[in-house]
Amino acid sequence: MMSAEMKQMRAAKFAQRNRLNYVATVLALSAMAFGLFWLFWILIETVRLGIGGLSYATLTEMTPPPNEEGGLANAIYGSALMVGLATLVGTPIGVMAGIYLAEFDRTGWLANVTRFVNDILLSAPSIVIGLFIYAIAVNPLKTFSAAAGVLALALIVIPVVIRTTENMLQLVPAGLREAAYALGAPKWKVILSITLKAARAGVITGVLLAVARIAGETAPLLFTALSNQFWTSSLGQPMASLPVTIFKFAMSPYENWQKLAWAGVFLITLAVLGLNIVARVLTRQKT
Amino acid sequence: MNSAPPRQTARSGPLVDQIFGWVAKSCAVLTLGLLIAILASLTLSAWPAIERFGFSFLTSTVWDPVKEEFGGLVMIYGTVATSLIALVIAVPVSFGIALFLTELSPAWLRRPLGTAIELLAAVPSIVYGMWGLLVFGPVLAEYVQTPLQSAFDGVPYLGALVSGPPVGIGLLSAGIILAIMIIPFIAAVMRDVFEVTPPLLKESAYGLGATTWEVVTKVVLPYTKTGVIGGIMLGLGRAIGETMAVTFVIGNFNQLDSLSLFQAANSITSALANEFAEAGEGLHQGALMYLGLVLFFITFVILTLSKLLLSQLRKSEGATT
Repeated sequence: MMSAEMKQMRAAKFAQRNRLNYVATVLALSAMAFGLFWLFWILIETVRLGIGGLSYATLTEMTPPPNEEGGLANAIYGSALMVGLATLVGTPIGVMAGIYLAEFDRTGWLANVTRFVNDILLSAPSIVIGLFIYAIAVNPLKTFSAAAGVLALALIVIPVVIRTTENMLQLVPAGLREAAYALGAPKWKVILSITLKAARAGVITGVLLAVARIAGETAPLLFTALSNQFWTSSLGQPMASLPVTIFKFAMSPYENWQKLAWAGVFLITLAVLGLNIVARVLTRQKT
Repeated sequence: MNSAPPRQTARSGPLVDQIFGWVAKSCAVLTLGLLIAILASLTLSAWPAIERFGFSFLTSTVWDPVKEEFGGLVMIYGTVATSLIALVIAVPVSFGIALFLTELSPAWLRRPLGTAIELLAAVPSIVYGMWGLLVFGPVLAEYVQTPLQSAFDGVPYLGALVSGPPVGIGLLSAGIILAIMIIPFIAAVMRDVFEVTPPLLKESAYGLGATTWEVVTKVVLPYTKTGVIGGIMLGLGRAIGETMAVTFVIGNFNQLDSLSLFQAANSITSALANEFAEAGEGLHQGALMYLGLVLFFITFVILTLSKLLLSQLRKSEGATT
């Protein structure tokens, strides 16, 4: 038998537990709202101020001197060129290393060490990559160059592609490989035309995510590709890129530069978020 | 009629296989070599400064390119202080988000909300920087810093913490923006490790009448604590290495004379971003390289710890299932 007093105490304890739970629930809900709040604030401001600075001239004219009209054409071109080349350089290396980890050596010490180092490189500060390329490519040649920028960006692509390639290849069922081997296919053929093909969507997603990542990278370009006020296609010269131009323009006191910087921020955000969403859609179809 | 089987020309096997395997392996080794090359080249470039200043570089606050006297304490302090502010804000918020996504959210909302938080991680840091400088900074100054200052004016310690010009640039704004940037990373790891908690454990607790909060703090959290700490470390590593967003809002001011969080300061990454391209060869560049080496070393240690903790969770998970 329970005394009335005990009953009351139990009820009080129960109410207290419920209250605590209620508070926690509300806090969790507000944490979620807090996260979304920043995303929307940033997006709204970027769109509002970005569209204000955007015009036809933004896409067709060169970066101007202070207080003159102009656009971002050379920066957009430079960004596209360097990001494209870096992806071309980094993807094959990343895919091959991913193949090695998933198909040749799943548990050996070399694979484990490589995986570990890859995770470190994946999160390493990108400005350190810039310093590294400066030390090995810019300083010895005594000139900032687009080629050095490409190299720096490629080094950021590689770990991203390795990670996704390996993960995606490991999802390919072993039966598929065995069937191909049973038909007498050599290993390279099994990998290239069976497993890699089966994991295609995932690998492409990885590459897209890597492109999205380097498209917005500023730090590794600051002292490799530097910047350039003019249109250039030469890889041996400094080259303008959107992020570095934005950095330069945003920190300046000139109104037309700041306006262009917002237009650039808008373009970059659009490209990066677009790539991310495409990548997500690709993997969702797969699963 | 049966045709004769085609002649075996496709047996390019052994040689091509060998070459293919060799190429794959060398690509993997290349990644390894990269880490070593980064360490070696940074050390080599920083050598003039290391030789000259030794470890006193880490404790000196003088940064004078004209007299060629360099010490990195101001920048190291800025990096550590902003990262700690970021963690103080980001950890509880990330925990709330992970809790919401795993236990409270209706199933159909989980995916879109998770994606939205992940998109926060995809926004390039230069966007955070520009937004922080031109949009967020002024708002922070007017609606947070000024009221805080008038509220704590004259209060010991707290008053010193909020002294300085309320202009929306400095340690506090950098810390807040870093927090927003690392929330998605920490929240994603927390969500993933919360999801590995065996449903049986949670259901047993619910069956005994535990509330959601009790299940999360007394069952899920103890089960996943190494993973949670690993995730926090991962976020810390990100915050320490973040460059552009910090460079925009920290104010780039090489002085360390007050405790104030509103004071403009400098961090390792922003010093590098601002000074390196203009630095003269020799000691100035060497000192900046030294800073880069310190930065790489700190992130290396933190990421290694995070990796070890996360893999420990995976191991114990393997043991129980």
